[in-house]
Amino acid sequence: MTEETMSPEHLAYLRGLRVKAALVRGTQFLLLVGLFVLWEVAASRGWINAFIFSQPTRIWAALVRLYREGSLWRHLGWTVWETVLGFTLGTAAGIVIAVMLWWSEFFSQVMDPYIVVLNSIPKVALGPIFVVWLGTTITAVVAMAIAVSIIVAIMMMHTGFKEVDPNKVMLVRTFGASKGQILWKVIIPASIPTMIAALKVNVGLSLVGTIVGEFLASKAGLGYLIVYGGQVFNMSLVMASVLLLLAVSVVLYYGVTFLEERVTKGRQ
Amino acid sequence: MARVEIRNVSLNYHTLAGEVRAVEDISLTIEDQEFVAIVGQSGCGKSTLLSLISGLLRPARGSVFIDQEEVQGPCRRVGYMLQNDYLFEWRTILDNALLGLEIRREKTPEAVAEVKAMLKAYGLGGFEQYYPAQLSGGMRQRVALTRTLATGPDVLLLDEPFSALDYQNRLAVGEEVVKILRERRKTVIMVTHDIPEAVSMANRVVVMTPRPGRIRSIHRIKMCDEGLTPLQTRERPQFREYFTTIWKELNRDD
Repeated sequence: MTEETMSPEHLAYLRGLRVKAALVRGTQFLLLVGLFVLWEVAASRGWINAFIFSQPTRIWAALVRLYREGSLWRHLGWTVWETVLGFTLGTAAGIVIAVMLWWSEFFSQVMDPYIVVLNSIPKVALGPIFVVWLGTTITAVVAMAIAVSIIVAIMMMHTGFKEVDPNKVMLVRTFGASKGQILWKVIIPASIPTMIAALKVNVGLSLVGTIVGEFLASKAGLGYLIVYGGQVFNMSLVMASVLLLLAVSVVLYYGVTFLEERVTKGRQ
Repeated sequence: MARVEIRNVSLNYHTLAGEVRAVEDISLTIEDQEFVAIVGQSGCGKSTLLSLISGLLRPARGSVFIDQEEVQGPCRRVGYMLQNDYLFEWRTILDNALLGLEIRREKTPEAVAEVKAMLKAYGLGGFEQYYPAQLSGGMRQRVALTRTLATGPDVLLLDEPFSALDYQNRLAVGEEVVKILRERRKTVIMVTHDIPEAVSMANRVVVMTPRPGRIRSIHRIKMCDEGLTPLQTRERPQFREYFTTIWKELNRDD
């Protein structure tokens, strides 16, 4: 249907929808701007202590300083790199282990209590262990990021594998499919949406792991900056790093969403 | 000549709660190019019987022979059509139709060309690169049929193949499928709980008892032998007689 062939009521209806959407977006934007303006005014009028709470202009200045020093991209780069390594390796290892669990019912039953226990402990508590074993290196940080994401990946993928329509498996079995063929022709392709969902969850989890890892064992990255800023009581640096972290998580999340749209195109 | 021979076949299912006798002492011989329909109430072991013929399950006692050869597992002479089309949503129509050939590692350029020709003959030409979600139920069923026929089986096992379709479509697709199977001279064993469907398509209708499934009676349907299509058969006065007889047989208590 084109604009000309639509009835006036339908056009009014569509316009109403657009107005509503614009209102929501506008209010969201104003809320953000309002908060920052309030923060700025409160700090400069002395309602809050700018030394403790920082203020938007100081945060901006801190960001500009980081950029001028040339360390902005270095810190950002480390955090992004460690997170990407963490969630891709964590998800990949999770998929491999989930395949093993799917392949052998016996192995799956043996592993079950171990996975439940590993899932329930807070993985960040293992941080100091990684530092002692792997040193204050990127390896320790990535290990932390993997530790946080791998168990969830295993559980999500294994559940996904088990939920594949048994009739689809039966169908390929009528053609005499081997177990390997069932895996490659049915289980894996049917689980692509689950893999993307696992990847999405793991982006967030790996970022947690990376930041905690950087708190403990790093000379670079946003986690390092936050801890350093806190130690020298430079709240503007801390706030600036948190804002950067926010940007990183949003970009990574939408990156995976973009990947999802590409992969699931054509499917229903 | 006997295509399929089922000799004194029994099978029990074992669960923690106990043992379920699924089918018991079934013997049946199916001639080449014959269409046999098996009717029975839900859970009478009809589908189990198909799984036994296809080699997906092994009988506890007795054996199944296809062309005088004992069935040991899924074999190329048998094609199986399930209750639903189960097309893979991540594969195009052509790739779905090629699935069986791919698994059997027989996806040669000639085989692909033949599948393409088959799709075209069944009104699916031009849809090869579409995805299943874009097709109607009847079209999807024809893709499923192509996928089964592509591997060149002589015997086709149909497990309520039209039950997922609405009534209107079921008649139309049934008519088409029977025409295709007759043209290709296939031997067919179809399981259904729809008596009119069985009577309209089959040379013989086998009535099974409730669990444990045994053969109660076998009815020869004259119209199919005369070469009438399912829709033509449904219009014959004898159709009602067959229906009533078989319906009574199904509901009889021994």
